[in-house]
Amino acid sequence: MLEKALHGSLRYRIWIACLILVGCAGFFFYLRQLDYGLGITGMSRDVSWGLYIAQFTFLVGVAASAVMLVLPYYLHDYKAFGKITVLGELLAVAAVVMCILFVFIDLGRPARVMNVLLHPQPSSILFWDMIVLSGYLLINLVTGWVILACTKKEIPPPGWIKPVIYLSIPWAISIHTVTAFIYAGLPGRSFWLTAIMAPRFLASAFASGPALLILVCLILRRWGRFDAGEKAIQALAKIVAYALAASIFFVGVEMFTVFYSQIPEHMHHFQYLFMGLEGHHNLVAWMWIFAVLSIAAFVMLILPGVRRNEVWLALACIAVFVSLWIEKGLGLVITGFIPSPLGAITEYHPTGPEITITLGVWAAGFFLLTVFYKIFVHVRGGTDGSPCGPAVDKMIH
Amino acid sequence: MTSSRRDFLKIAGASALTMMTPAIFVPAWAKDVIVIPPGQGLALKKALAAGRWAMTVDLTKCTADCTDCIAACHAIHNVPDFGNPKDEIKWIWKESFASVFPGEQNAYSGEKLQKLRPPVFCNNCENPPCVRVCPTGATFQRPDGIVMMDYHRCIGCRLCMAACPYGARSMNYRDPRPCIAKINPDFPTRSKGVVEKCNFCEERLAKGTLPACVEACRQKALTFGDAENPRSEIRRLLKTRFSLQRRVHLGTGPQIYYLL
Repeated sequence: MLEKALHGSLRYRIWIACLILVGCAGFFFYLRQLDYGLGITGMSRDVSWGLYIAQFTFLVGVAASAVMLVLPYYLHDYKAFGKITVLGELLAVAAVVMCILFVFIDLGRPARVMNVLLHPQPSSILFWDMIVLSGYLLINLVTGWVILACTKKEIPPPGWIKPVIYLSIPWAISIHTVTAFIYAGLPGRSFWLTAIMAPRFLASAFASGPALLILVCLILRRWGRFDAGEKAIQALAKIVAYALAASIFFVGVEMFTVFYSQIPEHMHHFQYLFMGLEGHHNLVAWMWIFAVLSIAAFVMLILPGVRRNEVWLALACIAVFVSLWIEKGLGLVITGFIPSPLGAITEYHPTGPEITITLGVWAAGFFLLTVFYKIFVHVRGGTDGSPCGPAVDKMIH
Repeated sequence: MTSSRRDFLKIAGASALTMMTPAIFVPAWAKDVIVIPPGQGLALKKALAAGRWAMTVDLTKCTADCTDCIAACHAIHNVPDFGNPKDEIKWIWKESFASVFPGEQNAYSGEKLQKLRPPVFCNNCENPPCVRVCPTGATFQRPDGIVMMDYHRCIGCRLCMAACPYGARSMNYRDPRPCIAKINPDFPTRSKGVVEKCNFCEERLAKGTLPACVEACRQKALTFGDAENPRSEIRRLLKTRFSLQRRVHLGTGPQIYYLL
């Protein structure tokens, strides 16, 4: 099926060329980083994780897109999602690949990455994260690809795929929980030391992943000769709305505990985020953009009239994606280090090479996504309304 | 054409899996462990041994502007000086009393307390979070309590730096070797991309000498010894003096005691 990605319109080829260009620029600077060390980035002794781990954390959330389609379709027989579950699974594959790349480029000694398997440490959450992420990648790659291949050949998918699909549902929960536990179990980092971390991860994941999926569906409907169906898109929009509401609520709950209890070491981080601390306010503007965008997006998504308008829906989804990227990608990781355990405030400024490498990984992810969706659209062959193909539907139900 | 390409991919995939198999199915812990009988190991007869190594820092003796311990430690352990705080590597350094003991000071504390500059370094915790989070076992705890670093196994993920509540760990953000003033051939230099920290001078203990900082301190403010031995000097000090540990409420069991 891969050969389907080799041909396409001029617009498709220009888009692919741009992605390859950005990817190559990122790769070039990654070689520089390999040569010089992570000192090429803005990370420091005090702020020892930066953009890379932040993108990883955010993208684990995007990978949740699959479960929000698979669960209603396979467990509750919600037929409207039948056509697009594969889209969700392939988006999950691209997102998890980006996650793995971001963790990999963040390593000081990438050549030793296999030490995690050679000397497994069950007490380390990072070890478990490696297991759940690679497992999630494999599950989604297999299910997405097998269903797509069977659709193409117009045969029912093999029986063994069904338990694998069911397995993907708890597995999706696990990748967020385990990733949240990386942060939530550290004794000295009061910003992360909260039991609501995993629920927060899940809520923002169920908003950001489906929001990207809606955008993709809108793009495919306009330019890709594939209509996901208004019912599916509207159902997704409702999922985004309520997940976003939960996400905003969880942030509010956290702020109540912190500011009402008035424990300084818990308050300092939130003060740094929203007001600035001792003259340092790198993230303040970003966090207010987050606050405004997320609330605006929520309002747009709960008003049925606005939600049904394609343009407003697209704007709302962009707002959701950007705001949660700020909240999970920028705010959550970097602020854990500010102030430091010794009370020092070290600001973090990502460098040019670091930003280029980051964009390069995003380009690699979008390249994968484009290729997958190109194949998907080709296999689906036009804008017919049938779910996964009658044969697939029969097997599942 | 299609089937032959498919066969090729199958064979290539199977070969790749075969190559990975030994690594996945025979992890290091499953391999034969060589047990060295007591008394026959590499440890020298005169090596210092303890049930749990610990240190006291007498803040009434430590002078604020003295940096002898830092100089001695950093010279012996090949700690580089990059000349910028971003990439900085430090095993032992001095901080204000308020930073070291947040909450132990109030607005009316006397000048004496405010002027203190306690030295800080790895607490070699009894229950070290860095060891718990390390995904490769590159940082581990010896039976005598010293928290060690294996510079050859560390992958540079820096989870230990996030986990340490004392900021005791440094990352080699770049090649340290060109920035070491004078290389001490008796201690390994590190490569870029690994994390390092104070090791309670385990290499000196093995040769029967006390940690470099303890030896270098002219005020005799540092006392090193076995916290499990009731007759040790350190236990006598802890019995008679008032002591503080850093962020002890976190349950890490820090092994540096500050005497006031």
